[in-house]
This record gives sequence, structure tokens and C-alpha cells, in this order.
Amino acid sequence: MKKFCGSLTILILTFCLIKEQAASEEIKDQNNLIHSPLVADLSEDLIAITTRFTGTEVLLFGATNGIGDVIVVVRAPSSQVTVRQKGRVGGVWINKEGVIFNNVPGFYHLASSRSIDKLLPPTVLKKEQIGAENLSVVSATKADGLDISTYKKALIRNKKRSGLYNSQPGKITFLSNRLFKTSVDFPSSVPIGKYSAIVYLVHNGKIIDRTTTPLQVQKTGFEAKVYEFANNQPSYYGIVAVVIALFAGWLASVMFRNV
Amino acid sequence: MNIYLPIAEMSVDVFLILGLGGAVGFLSGLFGVGGGFLMTPLLIFIGIPPAVSVATEANQIVAASVSGALAHMRRKNVDFKMGLVLTAGGFVGSGVGVLIFTLLRQVGQVDLLIASSYVVMLAAIGSLMLFESSRTILRRQAGTATRGKLHQHMWLHGLPFKMRFRRSRLYISAILPLGIGFIVGILAAIMGVGGGFIMVPAMIYLLGMPTAIVVGTSLFQIIFVTSSVTFLQATTNQTVDIVLALLLLTGAVVGAQFGTKVGTRLRGEQLRGLLAILVLVVCGKIAYDLVSTPIDLFSISEITGFVR
Repeated sequence: MKKFCGSLTILILTFCLIKEQAASEEIKDQNNLIHSPLVADLSEDLIAITTRFTGTEVLLFGATNGIGDVIVVVRAPSSQVTVRQKGRVGGVWINKEGVIFNNVPGFYHLASSRSIDKLLPPTVLKKEQIGAENLSVVSATKADGLDISTYKKALIRNKKRSGLYNSQPGKITFLSNRLFKTSVDFPSSVPIGKYSAIVYLVHNGKIIDRTTTPLQVQKTGFEAKVYEFANNQPSYYGIVAVVIALFAGWLASVMFRNV
Repeated sequence: MNIYLPIAEMSVDVFLILGLGGAVGFLSGLFGVGGGFLMTPLLIFIGIPPAVSVATEANQIVAASVSGALAHMRRKNVDFKMGLVLTAGGFVGSGVGVLIFTLLRQVGQVDLLIASSYVVMLAAIGSLMLFESSRTILRRQAGTATRGKLHQHMWLHGLPFKMRFRRSRLYISAILPLGIGFIVGILAAIMGVGGGFIMVPAMIYLLGMPTAIVVGTSLFQIIFVTSSVTFLQATTNQTVDIVLALLLLTGAVVGAQFGTKVGTRLRGEQLRGLLAILVLVVCGKIAYDLVSTPIDLFSISEITGFVR
């Protein structure tokens, strides 16, 4: 029953979406006669990290013109990441050589209606950065005798283990031959920033159409205030932290004086 | 019930953190130590980033030591003059410690620094205390306990800049407490501890202070040193999580009150013996983690803008 209701919601949402698209298409069609075969949207355009945030699930749904497969990529803004190899020195494991990678997305999610290797040739996957293994993360460090690809694999493996990277072939379900949906899981450690959800429509080894939907992940309310305070006015934050602790200690001492 | 920590950037169970705070607070009240040497490894163990654990724990110890010190002050078990001299050394030491911490964080060796400092310090202090307290207990049982001098005089006490500490009944060089304060200050910053587990034996064995006022005086100076560490860590590394600290201290201040009461009913050498065993257990666990093969031989760390 619940599943049915869910499907119904998507159906209605998608219907509205197509209608809206049709309305805007009318204007577009005047200079571009090609009808877009792909529409998609997210159930939310903002993930708010509040005090009670423990991760969330966002629904992505859309419609195609009935032919081809769908690939969904959701990615966070990129940053620099250091990958370090541990080595044994005198019995103790310590961090040794480190490789710095640029353009590493803080979050990467892939879902597809079928295995991506069957949908697109490797060159296209690489160019479009579809699949964590095809991310064009580049090492900023000069490789002197180090096997960079081992480090890159380790980077992806670590990200996957912490739930920040995942690929789910077959996770896109078609409700009819036109309507599809998938869900994207965000763990509580999800980085903040402007995300983008890219949906590809693929047929015969070619990308026929694509659409990008933005998604904002941000701390809100109390969480945001504390974070901004700590980072924008660190000295005042430090003083406040000390004062609160001093007060709490004194308060406890007074409260328990006669116990 | 979960709560999202704004600086650690992760979700934790509120009751787990409160429980940890309470248990460690109880022990801190019992032994007259900040409890940081237990809490920091536990926080790291439940997945809080080491840098955040160390800085936040310093903040939490401020509260724990205030309520502990106040309890000792009412019983007049604090040597304020000695406490202030130790604090002076501690301020300089904590500054140096935060500097070392920041530098090693940039080269990716801060986890190793924290772990190895723990192993070395805990092993040394733990075995020393265990040895001393079991000797005292054995001697008492043998019935040959002799009342010796108030304290032993060593060459250390003969250094210049002599100062009189009435409450401790000592006339020693100020360099000694300044030096101890300095070293403990460095450790406080690096390890996220108050340093009580080093300060207490140092005061007994090196300074020769009477045992009764050691704990109160140690707690008194820990307030200032951990306040300094909190401020410096917040300013330099932005790693003090105020929400985590509040949860921990809520549990800890309650636990500490009960610990202090239980502590007054136990003998000094029994207390030291128990503390020694606890110290050695924690030491063993950290040492094991250093030598056992990690699940992944590679680790990753985000290069964020806040390491200035």
C-alpha cells in the first residue's frame, strides 16, 4: 500500500513536471524544435543539516520518451585530499608517503538502470566522469617512483567505506517504460556545498540527453551558527567555550555542595 | 537519540556521550585527575576525529577541574602559590604544545604523535605508580612501616630562585614547579589531557609535596592550563566542538562529584595502585592499535582551509 502511494506520488509529480516542461517547451520550441526526451527532478532541493540530522534520503524521479537507459550521478563540490600509505617502522604502523589529489568530490553517488559498462564505451565514461573509478582526480604531487593508481584506488576505497562514494547499478527502477525513480542516500557525515544531480539518457552506447538539477547541502539553525562562529571568530569562540566550561563546573559544584 | 556535532561534523548518540562523560568524570573525581587520558582515546575510538577529540577534551576538563578544585578548596587542600607557579609554566608549555600539534597536523603525523605520546607517558607513569604503591602496601602488611622524613631532599631542590610554599611546607627552587608546569602544558595540548596523571606523581616524588594537598593543587592549575589549551586550539585549529564538550561535561561534572566522595574513603596508596592499573590498561590498548595491522594500509585526509 505504502509503495503504491509512493509510486502514485511520483506519477503525479512527474505528470506535473511534464506539463510544466511542455509549457516552457512551447516558448523554447520557437527556436529549438527538438523536443527534450528526458525530464527529471529531486524530491528536495535542499538538505538541511540540523541538530537531529542523521543522514537522509532524497528521491530522484523523471520520465524518458520510452527508449534507452538512465544513469544518475550525484556529486558534491571538489576539494584536495591527501592519501597516505602506512608502513611498518620498528613494528609500528606510521604514515609514510602521501599523494595529494585535486578535484576530489566530497560525495559521489552513481545509479544506473543497468551496469554502466554495458551502456557506454570506456572513453565516454571517462570523459563524463561516470563511475567513481572514472573520476578525473589528478595528483598534485610529482610521482617519483610511487604508483599513483594504487593511491587513487585507495582513495575511492576509503571514500566508499565511509559511505561517501557509492555506485548502485540497477538501482533505478522504471515504473512504466517511461517513468523512473531512484533514491540517493546521504550519510550524516555528508559534506556541505552545492551539489549537482546529473541524469543521462543513454541509448546504443551514446548519450542522447542529459539534465542537471542543483541540490544544496547546508547546515542550518544552531548547527550553522556554531560552525560559523568557530570559523569566523575563532578567538571569541575559544573564550566563550572556556567561559561556558568554567560556569558549568562552578554550577555543578554549587548544585552538589550539600549532596 | 542522536545529535549532530557541528565541528566534528558527525552524528552521535547523546546517551553514549553522556554515559562516557559520567563514567570518566567519576574516575576523575576519584583519582583527582582530569580524566582526559581516558576520555580522549575513547572519543577517538568512537570515531571523533583525533584533532577534535584532543581540543574538545581540553575544554571539557576545564569544567571537570573547576568543580573538582572547588570541592578541594572548601577542604583547604589547595596550595594556591604552588598552583600559580605551575600555571605560569603551563601557559608557556601549552603554547609550545599547540604549535607542535599544528605543525604535525600539516604533515599528517598528528595521530601518531598523539598515540605514541600516550604510550610512552602512560607506560612510564603507570609502572612507576604501580611499583611504588604495591611497595607501600606490602610494607604496611609486613608491619615495618617507619615514619621517615617529611620528604626527600634532592639536588633538584637546591637550584636557585628559592621560594617558600607555606601550604606545602616546602622551600624549593621555583624553577622546579615552573619546569613541571611547562612539560605538563605541552602534554596537555598534544594529548588533550589535564596532565593530572603526570602532575600528581611529579608533585609527590619530585617536589615532595604532602599527598593531601597534591590533588587539589593539581586540579587548580589544570583549570588554567586547559583553558589556555582550549583557547589556543580554538584559535589555531578550530577543532573545539562546543556541543560535544557540553554533553561530555554534563556527564562528567555529575560523575566527578560522586567520585570525589568515594575517593575520600580510600587510602592513598590503594588509590594510586588502582589508578596505575587503569593507566596501564589504556596504554596497552593504544600500543596494540599502533602495532596491529590496520584494516586499510591507506588513509585519506581532507585538506581543508582551516589549517592556517
